[in-house]
Amino acid sequence: MPADELTRDDVLKVAQLARLSLTDAEVGAYQAKLAQMLDYIQILHEVNTDDVEPMAHAVEVQNVFRRDETLPSLTPVEALANAPKTDGRYFLVPQILDH
Amino acid sequence: MNHTVIIGLEVHVQLQTKSKIFCGCSADFNPDHPNVQTCPVCLGLPGALPVMNREAFELGVKTALALNCEISSYTKWDRKHYYYPDLPKGFQISQFDLPFSEDGFLEIETNPETGERRRIGIIRAHLEEDAGKNLHDDAGRSDSQVDLNRAGTPLLEIVSQPDMRTAAEATKYLQELRLLLTYLGVSDCNMQEGSLRCDANVNLHIHQDDGHKVPTPIVEVKNLNSFRNVEIALEYEVQRQLEAFKATGIKFGDKGGHKTTRGFDAGTGKTTPQREKEDSADYRYFPDPDLLPVTVTEDYISSVREALPEFPADRRKRFVAAYQLSDYDVQVIVDQGRGFGDYFEEVAKLCGDGKQACNWVTQDILRELKERKLEFSEFPISAPVLGDLLGRITKKKLTTKSAREIFMDLLDGNGASTARIDEIIAAKGLAIVEDTGAIEKVIATVIDKNAKAVADFKAGKQAAVGALIGQVMREVKGADPQKVREMLIAALSQR
Ligand SMILES: [Zn+2]
Repeated sequence: MPADELTRDDVLKVAQLARLSLTDAEVGAYQAKLAQMLDYIQILHEVNTDDVEPMAHAVEVQNVFRRDETLPSLTPVEALANAPKTDGRYFLVPQILDH
Repeated sequence: MNHTVIIGLEVHVQLQTKSKIFCGCSADFNPDHPNVQTCPVCLGLPGALPVMNREAFELGVKTALALNCEISSYTKWDRKHYYYPDLPKGFQISQFDLPFSEDGFLEIETNPETGERRRIGIIRAHLEEDAGKNLHDDAGRSDSQVDLNRAGTPLLEIVSQPDMRTAAEATKYLQELRLLLTYLGVSDCNMQEGSLRCDANVNLHIHQDDGHKVPTPIVEVKNLNSFRNVEIALEYEVQRQLEAFKATGIKFGDKGGHKTTRGFDAGTGKTTPQREKEDSADYRYFPDPDLLPVTVTEDYISSVREALPEFPADRRKRFVAAYQLSDYDVQVIVDQGRGFGDYFEEVAKLCGDGKQACNWVTQDILRELKERKLEFSEFPISAPVLGDLLGRITKKKLTTKSAREIFMDLLDGNGASTARIDEIIAAKGLAIVEDTGAIEKVIATVIDKNAKAVADFKAGKQAAVGALIGQVMREVKGADPQKVREMLIAALSQR
């Protein structure tokens, strides 16, 4: 999409997908910054890639596996340590409405 | 209104590994002890590095080969982004544009009467990590609880083509798939514990008078966690879509005719609308930079293929040919699972009579399992012992009636061994009397005492023999009734 077509609604949609709440001023600021990024991608589009193999991953290494062996896990106390809210056994989150 | 039903299934299978797909936490089902199987990787803590579990990959390849899929020579991992409390990283590691396998099929029986079979296409099978589990306060008053033991356990997602035309076919496909997965030993497929989960995409093609077909809006039905639910939910949904189309005429692609998600409520037997699914672009898939691509060689594929066990479909064909059994009998044996089929085959080989082995396993054993509420794995008589018992019938050392009596005794909890069979035979005098001299003597006495029966026989009443056999058998316990009948007829004919 050409950068000048990036609308406020596009910015709001991307923000919603990332669960970010933006002020009106921020929406305007991000609209400009995101447009700049898209402009940059437009420049990359100009490169002729006819003879370049598609690359799915930036690292050359492949096939790194681990054996199917269990390792000690964290204790529940450690696992829950950073949670905003717990009951000592579970992570607690605000009531999920749409189950 | 004529219509064709179009159903495709998305099945998620938990692979039976010891550890999770990208970390060393235990992958065991453990709902009673929440949040004891987590680590920085599966909690999505900063700086953690996931590493692929080789066994999970191999179980995936095994399954894909059994589903006749092509294995890609190059595959990679992608992040699928969405926000839900059971997904600690804010994305699920999955496979998007380069799944490790594509384009296979599974053959199912579509008409039990004619035995007609059809291939259901498999679009793709890919690996991904499972999410944790949310527990809701049904009263809706307090917070929801999140258990992340399951987060990061390996899942195989198997996506079928929309090739099923009835709810019954969809159920059949799921059953055949489950059977195959348990034969392969890649998953326990326990639907109650969620190791096999099923979503269905369903819509109708309404036939118009001018010959062309109009599609109704596609609905993804979620939460089909039993075979029964699959059938009930799809039948309900088909009817609902038909009525909705009659009432509104809205077709797929119209305003208000986009794809929607509905949940199945087992309590009411109905499907109800769920949150709108973000469309695929909104998942913002991109290659996971922490995980490395996997390349697969032909050698690797061959080695996995060679280690595959016999598939249920092949076993059915082989059993019919090798043991002269009916399609129906073989279906019953094979559908009970791999262990049951192995058991049957061992018994059949040991006793040398496939039909007899089949009768015992499909009738006596299945009946006793049902009455005693036992799993097959708990059945107390081992294949060598039953094989030995039935072998004695084949060798005419035991009558079928006596063998049944011994079979029931072996189930009484005092052990079931071949030595015990010998003991029971000795204690109850069940051995077939092969001393024809002794039998002849008894026959002579019985004939002398039953002048009327002899006269009836002479007059051509074959039935008269029956009464005499009974009398002889009472005198010589353990005589082979067939043998007694032959000897009696011979003796009577000489009178
Ligand atoms: Zn972990």
